[in-house]
Amino acid sequence: MERGQPRRQVAAMKQSLFDQGYLDEQFIQLEELSDDANPNFVEEIVILYYRDSSRLVSSIEQTLERSPLDFNKLESLLHQFKGSSSSIGAKKVKAECTLLGEYCRAGNAEGCTRSFQQLKKEYSVLRKKLEAYFQLARQAGPAESACRPK
Amino acid sequence: MNLSVKAMTSSSGAWKAGELVSDQFPAGLRVLVVDDDPTCLMILEKMLRTCHYEVTKCNRAETALSLLRENKSGFDIVISDVHMPDMDGFKLLEHIGLEMDLPVIMMSADDGKNVVMKGVTHGACDYLIKPVRIEALKNIWQHVVRKRKNEWKDIEQSGSAEEGDRQQKQSADEADYSSSANEGNWKNSKKRRDEEEDAEEREDTSTLKKPRVVWSVELHQQFVAAVNQLGIDKAVPKKILELMNVPGLTRENVASHLQKYRLYLRRLSGVSQHQGNLSNSFISTQDTTFGSISSLNGIDLQTLAGQIPAQNLATLQAAALGRSAAKTGVPMSVVDQRNLFSFENPRLRFGDGQQQHMSSNKPMNLLHGIPTNMEPKQLANLHHSTQSLGGLNIRVNATTPQSNPLLMQMAQSQPRGPILSENSASHVPRLPTSMAPTITGGISNGVLGRNGIADVSRGTAYNPIPQTSPMLSFPGNQSTEISVNSFPLGSTPGISSMTSKGSFQDEVTSGMKGSSGFIPSYDIFNDLQQQKSNDWGLQNVGLTYDASQHVSPLQGNIDVSPSVLVHQSFPSTQQAGQNRDATSIGKAMYSLGEGMEQRNLQNIGQNLDTLLADNSVRVKTERVPDTSSQTNLFTEHYGQEDLMSALLKQQQEGMGPAESEFDFDGYSMDNIPV
Repeated sequence: MERGQPRRQVAAMKQSLFDQGYLDEQFIQLEELSDDANPNFVEEIVILYYRDSSRLVSSIEQTLERSPLDFNKLESLLHQFKGSSSSIGAKKVKAECTLLGEYCRAGNAEGCTRSFQQLKKEYSVLRKKLEAYFQLARQAGPAESACRPK
Repeated sequence: MNLSVKAMTSSSGAWKAGELVSDQFPAGLRVLVVDDDPTCLMILEKMLRTCHYEVTKCNRAETALSLLRENKSGFDIVISDVHMPDMDGFKLLEHIGLEMDLPVIMMSADDGKNVVMKGVTHGACDYLIKPVRIEALKNIWQHVVRKRKNEWKDIEQSGSAEEGDRQQKQSADEADYSSSANEGNWKNSKKRRDEEEDAEEREDTSTLKKPRVVWSVELHQQFVAAVNQLGIDKAVPKKILELMNVPGLTRENVASHLQKYRLYLRRLSGVSQHQGNLSNSFISTQDTTFGSISSLNGIDLQTLAGQIPAQNLATLQAAALGRSAAKTGVPMSVVDQRNLFSFENPRLRFGDGQQQHMSSNKPMNLLHGIPTNMEPKQLANLHHSTQSLGGLNIRVNATTPQSNPLLMQMAQSQPRGPILSENSASHVPRLPTSMAPTITGGISNGVLGRNGIADVSRGTAYNPIPQTSPMLSFPGNQSTEISVNSFPLGSTPGISSMTSKGSFQDEVTSGMKGSSGFIPSYDIFNDLQQQKSNDWGLQNVGLTYDASQHVSPLQGNIDVSPSVLVHQSFPSTQQAGQNRDATSIGKAMYSLGEGMEQRNLQNIGQNLDTLLADNSVRVKTERVPDTSSQTNLFTEHYGQEDLMSALLKQQQEGMGPAESEFDFDGYSMDNIPV
């Protein structure tokens, strides 16, 4: 069928995102929520996430730039960011948040800054990948029900 | 039950125990979701819709509260995030529990034991860890059913077999497998319920249908007035109901509200405020004294917590007193102090009471338990510091018999009025631990008493008064019906010291601990006080009531006070982390206190038992997390009574009802200055 190729590509891309650890089970949960009323639910959520979390990311950045570093504030922002990221299944981002959180609790400013750079990187990488994924998915036609990665 | 079942006409009206509303149920369940994260909010909404629930979402706690208030019976269950910018999720939880009596589910990305425990103790019926899965949401209806069922149970008690009801309850409880934090809850509530049922007569409510009662501010005030009048230990639902004389109100309504109230009181004493917000929680500008009390305590604690580094006692004390810099603060002028203590509520007068307190049976007795070591001054300092003080100098070591000046000082620094003094009183208890054992038990007791009373007088909804009233809005708010004076906790320093010692150690830096064991407790209080608010007041109140009732006869048994103290001090602990610890400690103390009471005060009514049980349970759980250090502290200091140690142990072990085991290992109460 004409959709076969693109569909397979979409499936393959999704599979690789999971295999590489960019996404986790939560993403599947979101996909399962898509229905007739919200066929592109996941995409909407991801867009919302990036819009909202970009604000958090810049807040974290600002906090890190201040000296002395306000660890409490950082931790609080981080907590929000982590919660958000985990809600969409952003596995690597979430892991980086955890790491950054540890540095923060340890009061290690240097470690925080380094870790945050890593976090930002993962955050942007995921964004690009998801954008590509959704684009392909749209091209492939209406999404099928979520299929769990093997 | 106002379940708006979609499309189907069902017998949704009657929520009889064990009966579900209709086939459609749980479809149509009206859920209110509160979360400041828009992504999560959207996801949750979608998930809940998929479960066929009716969803309303809001991103601010204030909005949620007003929505709930406007439409009291418009929702069946609330799901709220823990960390929100405008209001702490736990505070919202309490408000809802008290005002609307709706089941509330907490959620957070934080799965730390302490936070979950906090949810349990604040009355959340469940705690979900983010990211939330739809499976977890599918079962939330069980909380609604369970609540209804429990309420109905009271109604049906007369006719139906008690056992049968119990069975039902048990099965319902067992059926709750949704996540995490529920176990403790149902056990507690079941236990409580059993106790209550046993203790109380069965009342046959003519109507089977039980409409939901909304506990408005006025109604709650009436309730608190009735409770105060009866005395917390004698406050049984039936009598409260009679006193309130509100048409249409049933005994079970009162019973469940009483349960919550007690929880609230307990929490108040043990909850610590957020760091730096000493006044927030404590001082609830509103009429509720609870707030003030808690705030007071919280402030103290916070100050204490924050301030008390691992320094020597003096430093700690100073910190406790509210020195921001942890320096021995500047003693407020006596005059100032006096002002502080000029409560509106004469009863709460610390200044006067303080001094006499020790020897007299002023309400301050309550403080006995905790601040034994604290001198009035220190107490004052405590308050002071909590309030935002920086300068309180808790001269713990300054054994100044002038309790008042201390208190005054504390009060003084805080611009708040009488409340401060009140608060200080309550705070004092906390301080004692940190401060040297010089604190007179009396004072602390007094303080405690006050705090407790303050809470009681709150009467109204437990609105934590955010940073306004200086000290626990004791005086202000309500009628300080709480007969603070009536807490004859008397000056049993021993007891007070006990409480102060063990309980609040959370944060206590090593230094604190060293000092007298009490210091740490203050820290704990600070932690506990994270939540600002009413908790404080409530907790104290509850405790104090019990204490007062019984203490008088048993001079030496300041069982209550310790517990009271404990709780009070908790609130003030500082940060979240600490809070948790503190809370547990406080709770432990609480239980201890209660346990002791029971032991000594055989006549303690079921309320105490219930409380104790609750406390015990609570304490237990709380203690589980990292309060090991604190626990030790307790044990060390609480050699006083077997009860206490038993309780402590229980807590540490996380076991069951404390009432049954009062065998102390004989902790040496060296530090308890008698």
